[in-house]
Amino acid sequence: MPPLARRNLFHDKVRLTVTLTGIVFAIVLIVVQIGLFIGFTSATSNLIEHSGADLWIGAKGLAYLEQAGPFSERKLQQVRGTPGVVVAEKYILTFGRWQRPDGRKESIVLVGMNPDLPLGGPWNLTAGRVQDLKSADAIIVDELYRQKLGVTQLGQVVELNGHRARIVGFTQGIRSFTTSPYVFASFKNAQTIADLGEDRAFYLLVKAAPGTQIRKLRSDLAARLRDVDIYTTGEFSRMTQFYWMFTTGAGIAVLLAAALGLVVGIVIVAQTIYATTMDHLREFGTLKAMGASNGYIYRVIIQQAAISAVMGYALGMVASVFIVRGSREGGAAILFPWELAVSMFFLTLLMCIGASLVSINKVTRIDPAMVFKG
Amino acid sequence: MQAAIAVHNVTKTYSAGDAAVHALDGVDLSVQAGEVVFLMGPSGSGKTTLLSIMGCILQPTSGSVRIRGREVAGLAERDLPAIRLAHVGFVFQGFNLFPTLSAGENVELALDLKGIRGHEARRRAQELLDQVGIGEKYGVYPADLSGGQKQRVAIARALAGAPEILLADEPTAALDSHVGRRILELVRNLAHSQGVAVVIVTHDSRMLEFADRLVHIEDGRIVAPEEAAIPALAVSMLDAAPLGVSSA
Repeated sequence: MPPLARRNLFHDKVRLTVTLTGIVFAIVLIVVQIGLFIGFTSATSNLIEHSGADLWIGAKGLAYLEQAGPFSERKLQQVRGTPGVVVAEKYILTFGRWQRPDGRKESIVLVGMNPDLPLGGPWNLTAGRVQDLKSADAIIVDELYRQKLGVTQLGQVVELNGHRARIVGFTQGIRSFTTSPYVFASFKNAQTIADLGEDRAFYLLVKAAPGTQIRKLRSDLAARLRDVDIYTTGEFSRMTQFYWMFTTGAGIAVLLAAALGLVVGIVIVAQTIYATTMDHLREFGTLKAMGASNGYIYRVIIQQAAISAVMGYALGMVASVFIVRGSREGGAAILFPWELAVSMFFLTLLMCIGASLVSINKVTRIDPAMVFKG
Repeated sequence: MQAAIAVHNVTKTYSAGDAAVHALDGVDLSVQAGEVVFLMGPSGSGKTTLLSIMGCILQPTSGSVRIRGREVAGLAERDLPAIRLAHVGFVFQGFNLFPTLSAGENVELALDLKGIRGHEARRRAQELLDQVGIGEKYGVYPADLSGGQKQRVAIARALAGAPEILLADEPTAALDSHVGRRILELVRNLAHSQGVAVVIVTHDSRMLEFADRLVHIEDGRIVAPEEAAIPALAVSMLDAAPLGVSSA
C-alpha cells in the first residue's frame, strides 16, 4: 500500500505534535500512577518480602505488618521444636520516636532482629555490616531518610525513644509506606529502645528446612501454638499490601488517577485522529468511489493510529524513564518494571486504535457520491 | 454486440420532505466498448445522478443497470465497491488526487486496490503516466503539478487496472480550453485504442468534437436520443443547434 497513512499523518505537523503530546501525556500519567502504585505496594511489604522467612507468626487477629502487638516469646521454643523448622527467631516491629539534632521529632518504625541470622535483617547495605548491630546502641537507617532524620554521618549519635543510639550503617532504597523510616537494631537493643518486656516479641520468623511443605509446616505449628496467627510470607505480604492499598483507599486513588490518564489520552488521540480524518474525508470518499472496501479505509486509519501509538510510546517511555529516575531520591518511589513497559506498549496501541474507532465510524457513513459535488 | 454498460428504464427518486423529486425518469442508455459519449444538459437535469448510477455509486430506484451484461441494480450496498473496482474508473472535476502522495503513488494506490503491489505496481504506474504523457512527473506531488498534469494523473489513476468503463464528471471544467482539448483528445485516443467505454458529463460545448455520441438529458429524461455516431464535422452544427434538441 502506498504510504497514505504515514503521509497523511506527517502532512500536518502541528496536528501530529498535538497527537503525540496527548499520547505522551497519557503514557507518562499512567506510568507514573501505576509506577507509584507498584512502588507503594512494594513499600508496604518489602520488609516481609526481604525477610528470608517462610512463615510469620504473630498475635491472634493479625491483619497487616504494622498492626502486630507483643506476645510471649516463650512460644519460640515450641516453634524451634517443630519438625521442619531450621531457624526460628524473634522479631520486633513497632513505631518509635526519633529526635533530630535540631530537636524536632520524627516517627520511625523500629525493627529488631537477630544480626547473626539471615531473618528479617536490613539489605542493600552501603555502609556497615548487619553484624555491627550487635554492638550496644547500634542502629542502621536508610540513606533516603538521612535528611528527614537529620543524619549527617556514620557514627552519629541520636536519640530514639529517649534512648541513646548510634548509626553504624546505611542501607539504600528501603522505603517505608507509612513515611516513618525503618530503623534496624538488634533484637536486644530494640527491646530496650521500645521498652518492651524481657519475654515479649512482635513476631516469630520461621525458616523451613529445604523440601519442607510450608503449608503442612504451618498446620503443624498451628496445632502446637495457641492464640497466634501463622501466615506464609506470600500470604502475609499480600494481606499487608491489600490493607494499605485498598482498605485505606490509597491505592484506589492512585489507580483512579491512572485510569484518568488513560481517558485523557483516549480523548486527545480520538479528537486529533478524528480531525485528521475529517481533513481527508474527501480523499476517503474518493477511495470509496474508486472501489476501496471499508476494510481498506479502516486499515489506513488504523495505520495512522498505530504509527501515532509507536511514536508516542517511544517518546512517552523516554519521558517516563527520566521521571522514574528522578523519583529514586524522593520519598515516593515510582517503580517501572519491564512488564509495565511492555504492557504500556500494548495499552498505547489499544488506546490509539480505540480512539480511531470514532473516525472509522465517520468514514463508514461517507457517501461516495460526495466526490461529484464540486 | 453486448454494451459495456447499459441502463434501461432507470428512475431515481429522492424524497424531499413530503415531496418526491424525480432525478431520473425512465432513462435508457447503452455505451459500447471504445465509444465516447458526452452527457450534456443543464444543471439539475440528472447528469451526475445518471453517472453515479452507471458507476455503481448510487443505486437506481427502479430499472436495470447492466455492466457487460451483468445486472448490478439491486445489488447490496456492500457489493458495489467490488463492482466499481473491477469495471469502472472515475475522473473528477476537481481531480481528487491524494495531495500527500506523488503522481506515481496516486496511480500505485489505485493498483494497490486491485492487489497489484511493489515493483509491479511501480512499473505499471510508470507505464500509465507515460501513456498520459507525464512519465517524468512520477515523483512530483499534486501541489507542484499544473491543472492539466493533475488531470492526466487522474486519468492514469482511473485507467489503472484496465477498467472497461471510464466515467468523467466535468473533466475539463477546471482547465483552460487548450489544456481541456488535449485532455479530451487523450481520453478519446485511449478509449479508441484500449476499447474503454467513456461517458463524460460536460457543459463545455467547445469540446463536442471529441464525442462519438452526444446524449442530452433534461429534467431526468434523455431528450431525442439517437444512436448514430457523430461525425466530427457535424459538431460545429450541433453547437449551433437549439438547446433541448439533443443528438447522438
